[in-house]
Amino acid sequence: MAPLPVRRSLRDGRFAVLVLFLPPALVLFTLFVVLPIGEAAWYSGFNWNGFGKPTNWIGLDNYRFVLETRAFWLALRNNGLIIAVSLLIQLPLALALALALAERFRGAIALRMLFFLPYILAEIATGLIFSFVYDGDYGLVASIWHAFGAEAPYLLASTDTAMLAVLIVIVWKYFGFHMMLFIAALQGMDRNLVEAARIDGATRPQLLRYVVIPLLYPTIRLSVFFAIVGSLQLFDLVMPLTRGGPADSSNTMVSFLYNNGISRMRVGYGSAIGVILFVICVTFAFTYKRWFMRDE
Amino acid sequence: MGLLTAGVLQRLVLAAAVMAVAAAGAAAETTVKWLHIEANPAQVKIWEEVARTYEAAHPGVKIEMQFLENEAYKAKLPTILQSKDRPHIIYSWAGGVLKSQIEAGVLEDITDQVKGFGDTITPAALAVFSQNGHVYGLPIALSQVGFLYNKDLMAKAKVDAATIKTWDDLLAAVKALKAAGVTPIVVGGADKWPLHFYWTHLAVRIGGKAAFDAALRGENGGFAGATFQQSGELFKQLVDLQPFQNGFLGFKNPQAVGYFGDGKAAMTLAISTTYHLQRALAADKVGLGEDTIGWFDFPVVPGGKGEPSDTLGGITGWLITKSAPKEAVDFLKFFISGDVQTRLAAGNFLIPVVKGADAGLNNSFMKRIAENLAKSNYHQNFYDQSLGPSVGRVVNDAAAEIAGGSMTPQQAATAIEAAWKQGN
Repeated sequence: MAPLPVRRSLRDGRFAVLVLFLPPALVLFTLFVVLPIGEAAWYSGFNWNGFGKPTNWIGLDNYRFVLETRAFWLALRNNGLIIAVSLLIQLPLALALALALAERFRGAIALRMLFFLPYILAEIATGLIFSFVYDGDYGLVASIWHAFGAEAPYLLASTDTAMLAVLIVIVWKYFGFHMMLFIAALQGMDRNLVEAARIDGATRPQLLRYVVIPLLYPTIRLSVFFAIVGSLQLFDLVMPLTRGGPADSSNTMVSFLYNNGISRMRVGYGSAIGVILFVICVTFAFTYKRWFMRDE
Repeated sequence: MGLLTAGVLQRLVLAAAVMAVAAAGAAAETTVKWLHIEANPAQVKIWEEVARTYEAAHPGVKIEMQFLENEAYKAKLPTILQSKDRPHIIYSWAGGVLKSQIEAGVLEDITDQVKGFGDTITPAALAVFSQNGHVYGLPIALSQVGFLYNKDLMAKAKVDAATIKTWDDLLAAVKALKAAGVTPIVVGGADKWPLHFYWTHLAVRIGGKAAFDAALRGENGGFAGATFQQSGELFKQLVDLQPFQNGFLGFKNPQAVGYFGDGKAAMTLAISTTYHLQRALAADKVGLGEDTIGWFDFPVVPGGKGEPSDTLGGITGWLITKSAPKEAVDFLKFFISGDVQTRLAAGNFLIPVVKGADAGLNNSFMKRIAENLAKSNYHQNFYDQSLGPSVGRVVNDAAAEIAGGSMTPQQAATAIEAAWKQGN
């Protein structure tokens, strides 16, 4: 029974479509995705500074070196922190604002734009702006402190506060994006269900708890996915703010890769970090899709 | 129809003529591609003039200047050098990076072409661009690391900079400045390398050339040995006094230099070129004048094996890349000739490497640095350059971590030795 549909599909021209349309995508994907990943995996076995051909094969030593580096674990912890803050602070904040602003009222659109504005800014520009805001001498934060007659802290210069400062910027920059996702979902929602619940006498909390939020689950899952992937990719916001410092306390995985692999010309070591990051991303993406996004 | 044909013909003839001219031009013209990282427009202007002068004297040669920002340059260089379209003249801090470039065969051996010419250059400076008797590039400038200080602020705390001779003198000066309510030292801790000057200059004072060479050979415990542990311990003595400006780990070097130029801190341990740079980076673009800025050499450590005249600093220069046209070397020789060096020295842009060109220095500060360097029997190149990027950046990390209190001097020395072993 099984071969029959295949033969029929061959006959109705699907095969031709496959032959015509698959190669371009396949070639691009192989050239720019599969090959580089394969190369990184190959380089990660060498002690190599990027000059000439890699010759000094050291097996899995680069992976051992990475795992022995304290900064790697700090970076991993920081990525975890970013995810936690995204889920526990940014998402509820975005959801609450979306619920408030999805209604039509005077000023709603202006407020939406205002909250969405940080997302439009380039990451590098945001980082630079906030490095001035946080400046302990001239920054906005310093002026507030000085207004109360206190000595301003240098948030970006202390291992205790640098990551906190970065997290604040992340929430500030991305909550508007998630808010927009929720607003779009709320506006596409079937109003009849909400009406029906209202007629049945549901209070507003009940309406949210039993009707609106369950209907938002697909969007929430998507938003969580974006938050986690964004955390794993975060780089250009960190560089102008702290460059991962002081003492590696605000490195993310990618800034750690750049600081310890690329700028040190340790291509093998950097590739090992890249491979580890790749494995984390792939594992996450597949697990998440499997467990949470099955229906989409 | 006829009109059209004539038009087409005309165009064809014109195109052919243009192509012929272009081909003739290409045959006669050699382009020398010169990649630099100089961000000071005043200096680039002089270089441009030098290039145009050379072009005028050598018809058919074109000098093309290309610019990359410092950090970007370091990151892209390995790739650039291995492309077919690589520049012919590139900037270099010598050291470990130069060594790996030579080993990779991306540089041209210019020994024969600079025979005789090399004699006009300070031998120690030329030596760092050579390996096993082969010359790969020519030096252009020297610099020294030492303390710049603000005379007014020192006077406020009644500290006489001329009496700071030993490490303990420095610690005492820091205490006096703090007591007088003056920020003793400003440093760009976020860039890390300004902090590595302390640790490495202490090592130069404590162990001298012998200790560094021994560490390279892995003797006496390498970089985890006594000399380097002691450097960390003495550095920690200073750090424990909290001598730096508030939030120093968040300051990038240009910010810190500007802070010094604004007269907000009494001292800064810096490369000699900072003397001029502080003016450009000060908030008022004026900075500290000649009568308020002073210099003292890095203090000695009693009982240390290094000579007081030993110096830490940079030796920078230009390399010729593999299969560059011979005009590239010729231009470089012109660029590093006595005339041009005297001109750059007269603008106080650099301490020249050509013998006699320091006569052009017309500033007492630059003259003093030039004398220091001439007296020095051991000029240690910056560690983060001479050890190569993989180990050098660990030295920077370690110094910053001692300063931030997240590593003990012992851990710092061990980390550097571990990096040295991993890298070699």
